[in-house]
Amino acid sequence: MAEPACVFLPDALVRLFPGAPRQVAVNAGSVAEAIAELERRWPGMADRLCDSSPAIRRHLKIFVEGERAGLDTPIRPGGEMLVMTAVSGG
Amino acid sequence: MATRMMLLVGTKKGAFILEGDAARRDWSLRGPFCETWPINQVIADPKTGTIWAAGGNEWFGPAVWRSTDGGASWTHSSAGLAYAAGETPIKSAWSLALGPTGTLWAGVEPAGLFRSDDGGDNWTHVTALTEHPSRADWQPGGGGMILHGILPHPTDPDRLWVAISVAGVFATEDGGASWAPRNRGTRQDYAPEGERYPEHGQCVHALAMGAGNPDRLYQQNHCGMYRSDDGGRGWTSIEAGLPSSFGFPAVAHPRDPDTLFLLPLNGDQAGRFMPDAAAAVWRTRDAGASWQALRQGLPQASAYFGVLRQAMAADTLEPAGVYFGTSGGALFASADEGEAWSCIAEHLPTILSVEALVRDG
Repeated sequence: MAEPACVFLPDALVRLFPGAPRQVAVNAGSVAEAIAELERRWPGMADRLCDSSPAIRRHLKIFVEGERAGLDTPIRPGGEMLVMTAVSGG
Repeated sequence: MATRMMLLVGTKKGAFILEGDAARRDWSLRGPFCETWPINQVIADPKTGTIWAAGGNEWFGPAVWRSTDGGASWTHSSAGLAYAAGETPIKSAWSLALGPTGTLWAGVEPAGLFRSDDGGDNWTHVTALTEHPSRADWQPGGGGMILHGILPHPTDPDRLWVAISVAGVFATEDGGASWAPRNRGTRQDYAPEGERYPEHGQCVHALAMGAGNPDRLYQQNHCGMYRSDDGGRGWTSIEAGLPSSFGFPAVAHPRDPDTLFLLPLNGDQAGRFMPDAAAAVWRTRDAGASWQALRQGLPQASAYFGVLRQAMAADTLEPAGVYFGTSGGALFASADEGEAWSCIAEHLPTILSVEALVRDG
C-alpha cells in the first residue's frame, strides 16, 4: 500500500462537517481522487470544493507540493495537498 | 397551549431567529446561524417546525440549510442542486417555498427551479423552466439573474408561480412539466415606446397571493404595482395613490384577500430609500383601489434605508402581525396589522429576508 497523502483543509470548510479534522490522510493519486475520498468520508464535501463545471470553486485554491493545482494534478505517495480560501469580504 | 412566535431572518452574514409570544412585544434574538453564510431566505413548516435556509457562500457555493430543533443545530445539503456540467454553475440558493403536499421548492442564481421531495436532502432540477423558449432573453437585474419568488397553489401540488428577474412571472399547471409566461398588462418602462408590454422580460420584484383565493395575485414590479384576478393571466395597475411605483416586497394578509402591505421606495434611480426619508408601510383594504400610509412608530426623518423583496412578512395571528427588515439591519414589527410599529432589533447585518412562524406549544 502506497504511503497516504496529507490533505490540509481550511477551518471554514471543516466547520461545515462536524467531526472533520483540518488534516486528513487519504490514499489518492490526484486532486480529483483526493476530493472523491473526502466526499466518501464526509458526504457533501465535494460540492463545497468543486462546482458543476466541473472545476475547483472560483474562490478556493488547491496547492500540491506548493504548486497551484487543478483536478487532474497528480499527488505522489506521501505528498501534500493544501486547500485555501480566498481572502476577501467586508 | 401557549403560542410561540418565531421570526426567521436571513442576512448578509447568517440567519437569525427572534422568539416571542402572542403579544409580540418582547423578543429575544439568537444567531448568527449557518456559519455566517449569506442567507437569502429562511422558511419553516408550521406543522413540524422544520426550518430551511437558502444561501450561497463565495467559497463553498450554494446550499439549503435545515434545522429540526428550532435552530439549535443545522445541517446543509446541495445534493443535486446543480446544473449540468459545462453550464454556468449555481452561485446561490435564493428562494424557498413549501408546497401543499410537502414538496420543497428552491429558486437559484442563475435563474432556475429545483424541487426536493425528501425535505431538502436531495434536489432535482425542474428542467422545463430553464428550457423555456424565452430563456435566451432572460437578463440579470441588480441582484443577479435570480429566481427569487415561488408561490405554490395552496391545495393543488401541480400549480405554481415563480418570479424571475429579469424575465417575469411564469406559471405551471402540471407540476413543472411545462411553463407559460404570466406578464400581460405589466410594463417595462425602460423598453422603447411601443414595446413596453411584452409577453416576458418584465422585472417582477415580488409576488403575493390573496388568502383563500389562489387566482388573486399581487405583484410589485420594478415598474408598477399590479393585481391579477385570474392567476396572473392578466394584470391591472393598482399603483394610483402610492408614493412611488417602485418597491420590492408585497405581503398578503393571512385571511383577507383584499388586504396587502407594501413598502414603496423613492425610485429606482433616486437611491431606493424611503420616500422623503420618512418610513411608511402602505396598506390597502380594498385590493388596491386605495392606499393608506402607516407611519406610527416608524422613523419620520433621515430614514435612508431600503427594504428588499423578501424582507417583509405577516404572521397568522389575529390581528395579523407585520414585520420588515432594513438594509441597515433594523427589524420593525407591528402587532396590529400595521397601525403601530416598534423596532425590535437593530445593528444586525443587512437584512435579506424575514418570515414569521406561529407555533402552538
